[in-house]
Amino acid sequence: MVRLASLAIFLAAWYVGSALAGEQMLPSPAKVASTIAAEARSGELFFNLAVTLTRVFLAFALAMAAGTALGLLMGRVMLADRLGDPWLIVLLNLPALVIIVLAYVWGGLTEIAAILAVTLNKLPNTVVAIREGARALDPGLDEMARAFALPRWKILRHIVLPQLAPYLATAARSGLSLIWKIVLVVELLGRPNGVGFEIGIAFQLFDVTRILAYAMAFVAVILAIDTLLVQPLERRASRWRLRTA
Amino acid sequence: MSDAHPVGDSGRLEVRIIRKAFAAVSGERADVLRDVTFCLDRGLIGVLVGPSGCGKTTMLRIIAGLDSDYQGTVQRPAAGRLGMVFQEPRLLPWRTVEENVRLVAPSADPAKLATLFQVLELAHHRAHYPGELSLGLARRVALARALAITPDILLLDEPFVSLDEALAARLREELVSLVDNRTLTTLMVTHDVEEAVRLADRVLLLSARPGRILVEVPIPTPRSARTEGDIASIKAEIARQLGGAVATTSTERQC
Repeated sequence: MVRLASLAIFLAAWYVGSALAGEQMLPSPAKVASTIAAEARSGELFFNLAVTLTRVFLAFALAMAAGTALGLLMGRVMLADRLGDPWLIVLLNLPALVIIVLAYVWGGLTEIAAILAVTLNKLPNTVVAIREGARALDPGLDEMARAFALPRWKILRHIVLPQLAPYLATAARSGLSLIWKIVLVVELLGRPNGVGFEIGIAFQLFDVTRILAYAMAFVAVILAIDTLLVQPLERRASRWRLRTA
Repeated sequence: MSDAHPVGDSGRLEVRIIRKAFAAVSGERADVLRDVTFCLDRGLIGVLVGPSGCGKTTMLRIIAGLDSDYQGTVQRPAAGRLGMVFQEPRLLPWRTVEENVRLVAPSADPAKLATLFQVLELAHHRAHYPGELSLGLARRVALARALAITPDILLLDEPFVSLDEALAARLREELVSLVDNRTLTTLMVTHDVEEAVRLADRVLLLSARPGRILVEVPIPTPRSARTEGDIASIKAEIARQLGGAVATTSTERQC
């Protein structure tokens, strides 16, 4: 209910803003909506959204998998931590643009270069979060598992991963938001399709309506994924916790 | 470096720890255990009694194979399955009581598991999460978990500490009823002489740090046949054998 009110206030402010600034600078919601509808009818909108989403999920899966493995390694093995730490600091602080441009220069304007560039941008955050989690693993539970001679995969699946769940959730959430942002830049710079590419074209034509149409459609997708996928998963992972609030 | 390894078919637990030291933060190495030698025949309950800090938990960890940084040897029965109850319950908070037990004993017979839950009065708590349990209940779950794998060796680290006496007494009885029908070698650690005398076939008294075995007291009377009088006289016997040592250990509890 409150969320709906928040949406209503946003739309009202948009109408007022568009009336004050003029249609050229800020087209009204109705105009943007009709553009969205037109793009949807031609199929362009769904195609571009699908392309972008595919890139997002590939990069996300790669970064989470590699980041979890590296984070666990660095959190548990002192030598790995010492070796990896400088690289981690470099990757964490290197501007996204540098990685993207270098990936395109070295890998060509290819899909692989694009996805790797996004993955590399997201990777260090995951590593840092999971390393923190790996350091906080309960040694008592580890001893219990060893005393009962549990097989390694069972320890990982039932003892380590559940302890990492909150760290994985944090990494996933912050990672997803980072990837949404970076994917569009990657598409703008070196891909012939996707939401980022479309917004780039619209920017060259100064077509604010089109920019907003794609931005809004993209936001809708993000919100849908957050409410339908991320939040239920978080609830499921923490269902054993006693309700505190 | 040594390792706890299963050898032979005698079902006997043989412990010979020559020396176990810990490095302090300052870098100094202090001995925790010194010349601890004992064996325990199959089917018996041995209870180690000693003041806090004398290395009892360290010894259990060595026997369980969790610590291999010591001089000496530990021989466990071949193919001996090990069940362990730690001082804290060490349950997985994200798994229910039943799931906790099933994790270590995936092939446990459901009927036997049901009996085990029944005896430990956990039948109503199978679907509860550890966060919803009292300490006493969580301790029972830890006990159920250790017994569910039908172990050949059971190690118990002060499993009844910080429970009220009535509950501890009940749990002791439950433990005995579960252990007595099996060919299971049990080693328990406690600082409570009374508890030791009620449970043990053999009491091993440890000195203050560095821990070594002061006296071994075999108790031939079967547990169920021990009267309050027997228990008092065994306690007196232990005190007599120790001479002044019991008085000293009780004042040195904080070692």
